[in-house]
Order: sequence, then structure tokens, then C-alpha cells
Amino acid sequence: MLTLTSAHETAAHRWPAGPKLAAAALGSALIFPVQALPVIGGALLALAALHLVLGWGFTREAAGRLWMLWPFLLVLTLWHLWTGEIRAGAVIAGRMVFAVALANLVTMTTRLDAMLAAVERVLTPFARFGLNPRVLALAVALVIRFTPVLLDKAGQLRQAWRARSPKRAGVAIVLPLVLTALDDADHVAEALRARGGL
Amino acid sequence: MERNLTHIALFAALIAVLGLVPKIDLASGVPITAQSLGIMLCGTVLGAKRGTLAVLLFLGLTALGLPLLAGGRGGLGVFVSPTAGYLVGFPLAAFVAGLVVEKWRAPVGIAAFGGAFLGGLVVLHACGIAGMAVVLGKTLPEAAGLALPFFAGDLLKAVIAGAITQGLARVRPQALLSRG
Repeated sequence: MLTLTSAHETAAHRWPAGPKLAAAALGSALIFPVQALPVIGGALLALAALHLVLGWGFTREAAGRLWMLWPFLLVLTLWHLWTGEIRAGAVIAGRMVFAVALANLVTMTTRLDAMLAAVERVLTPFARFGLNPRVLALAVALVIRFTPVLLDKAGQLRQAWRARSPKRAGVAIVLPLVLTALDDADHVAEALRARGGL
Repeated sequence: MERNLTHIALFAALIAVLGLVPKIDLASGVPITAQSLGIMLCGTVLGAKRGTLAVLLFLGLTALGLPLLAGGRGGLGVFVSPTAGYLVGFPLAAFVAGLVVEKWRAPVGIAAFGGAFLGGLVVLHACGIAGMAVVLGKTLPEAAGLALPFFAGDLLKAVIAGAITQGLARVRPQALLSRG
């Protein structure tokens, strides 16, 4: 399975994950109470400049990922044109785009292993409360492995359905899919126990 | 212990798959993603505790940058977007759905529909609407207007979650951990 890390190799890919995460969290928290349009505009320009410094292809990819916000931007535009509070609308929209773009920036420049290592460091102190980092790592690996497996099974169920029916496979394939997940879970649990357990 | 872990992990994968499977057609060809159906099933099949953990694992992997949300979305951006409230509501919805099935001694299909309705519809949309209200700077009723078009589909999903849980109780009673 592909992660959402950008394939455009940038300088930011080499920055450590922890500080990047902390900076993004701080940036989102700081921008949220801001009501002054020039401050938000400046923050957006600075963020755009940072993207451009990291590369043109990277910037285009990042812009593409903001596309998911268009329904909300449309709603905000219509709403604030209707009420006439255009400045307030610009503040809300700018704040939203900044927070999402900043968070996306961290996701796009941090590989999964670096992210996992950062999470493990944060969770280490919780080990004494019974949160075993090894168990968590195994759970993460299982999900990453079994998502494509179940996706394959869903595809097979869909094809089997199409061999029997002129209609598209509907909700009828969900129950067998759930059964597959339950059976796989039992098999993997047995396999884990056979190898000495957790 | 191993069994709990693998069930939690496999159901986290199941939520992802139900969101990635391109448009399961419900009834008369209304294409909606089945991701929230996966959330409901986590609660009604695994029970409150394991169901919640499965959803939290799913969200954790999404935050790490895996494209597991419906339409292949993911990463940290979705947690600050207007739909972030729904992500907060996911584990609560699974918990409530599981709790209803565990505590309410009605026939399993009815209890599962009740749980899926209360968790996947009431709790989930309450969280989602609150999130949209905060991020978009609107009042709660205004934000509720944005969620309204999805109520019919989610009601249908709650019915389906009830039917699937009942079907599961029939073909594999011991697999229904929420009633175990």
C-alpha cells in the first residue's frame, strides 16, 4: 500500500519528524484564534513560499491535495456573499486552508517509518501503564498487511457476484467480507500463539 | 490476548476496505461509501471496547499518512479539516453501538440496528456537526444543514448493519464477540 508521503524528494523529507509534528501543531493552534485578515494572509503567503522553496512539482502536488476542501470553500463563499460578511468568510476560509495545508505538509514530507518512530518515542512513557509498544507495532503491521488482503477478497466476491448476476454487486458482499475478516483474525491469532504468543 | 489483537487489527483493515471499495450500491443505485457501515459493524460485532480500539487503530494509521479514509484520503490534514468532527465521532460511535448491543437484551438484529442508529447516526453526526460548526465558524443549526443530505443514507446503513449483525449471529454465533 502506498502512503501519502510525496514522491517529490525535498529538503523537508530530511527534517526530523518530531519537530515537524510539533511545529505543525503549534502553527494550527496559533492560527485558530486569529481574526485579523492580514495576519492570516501573511501566514498563507509564507506557507506558499515554503512550498515553492521545496520545489515546483511538490507545490503542485500539495495544491492538488487541497482540492478536497472545495465543497466547503463553495459553501463558505455562497454563505458569506449572501450575508455580506465577506471579510469574516475570508478569515474562516484562510484559517481552514492554512491548517490543512500545514498538516498536509508534514504528512507529505515524513515517511511512515519516521512517523512510527516518533509515535513510539512519544508512547514509551506509557509502557508502564500497560501499553506495550511491541503489541501496538504488531497491530499496525497487521492492518498494513491485511488491508490489501481484504481488498483482494472484496474484489473476488464482487467478481463471483458478477458471474452469477447481471446486476452490480451490492451490499450482499459485506457479510461474507466480515466473515472473511473474522476467520482471518482467528487464523492469525492461532499462528501467533503457535509462535510463542505476544 | 492474541485473538483480541487480531480481531481489532482485522476490523481496522475492514473499515479501510469498506471505504476503499468503490461505491457499494445501496438499494436503488445510490452510490455511497460504506466506511461508516464499517464503524457501526466494529461496535455491533466486536463490542464496545474492542470496537473502539479497532476504530482508534484505524484513525492512528490514517494520521500516520496511510490513505485509508473513503476516497483514498488520509494524513494529518483531514484531522484539521471541516470533517474532523466525524473522525472524533468514529470511536464514540463504535463504542455506543457496541454498548447498546451488549446491554440491550433485545433480539440481536434489533439491538444492532438500535446501536448503529444511536452510535452511527446520532452520536456520529452530533460530533461531525460540532466539528463543522467550529472550523467553518457557523452556528450548530447552520452546520446541521450541511449534514442533512447524508441522514437518509446513514439510516439505510444502520438498517444494513443490523441485518448483517443478525446474519452473522445466525451463521457464526460464536463470532459475535459483542454478545459473547
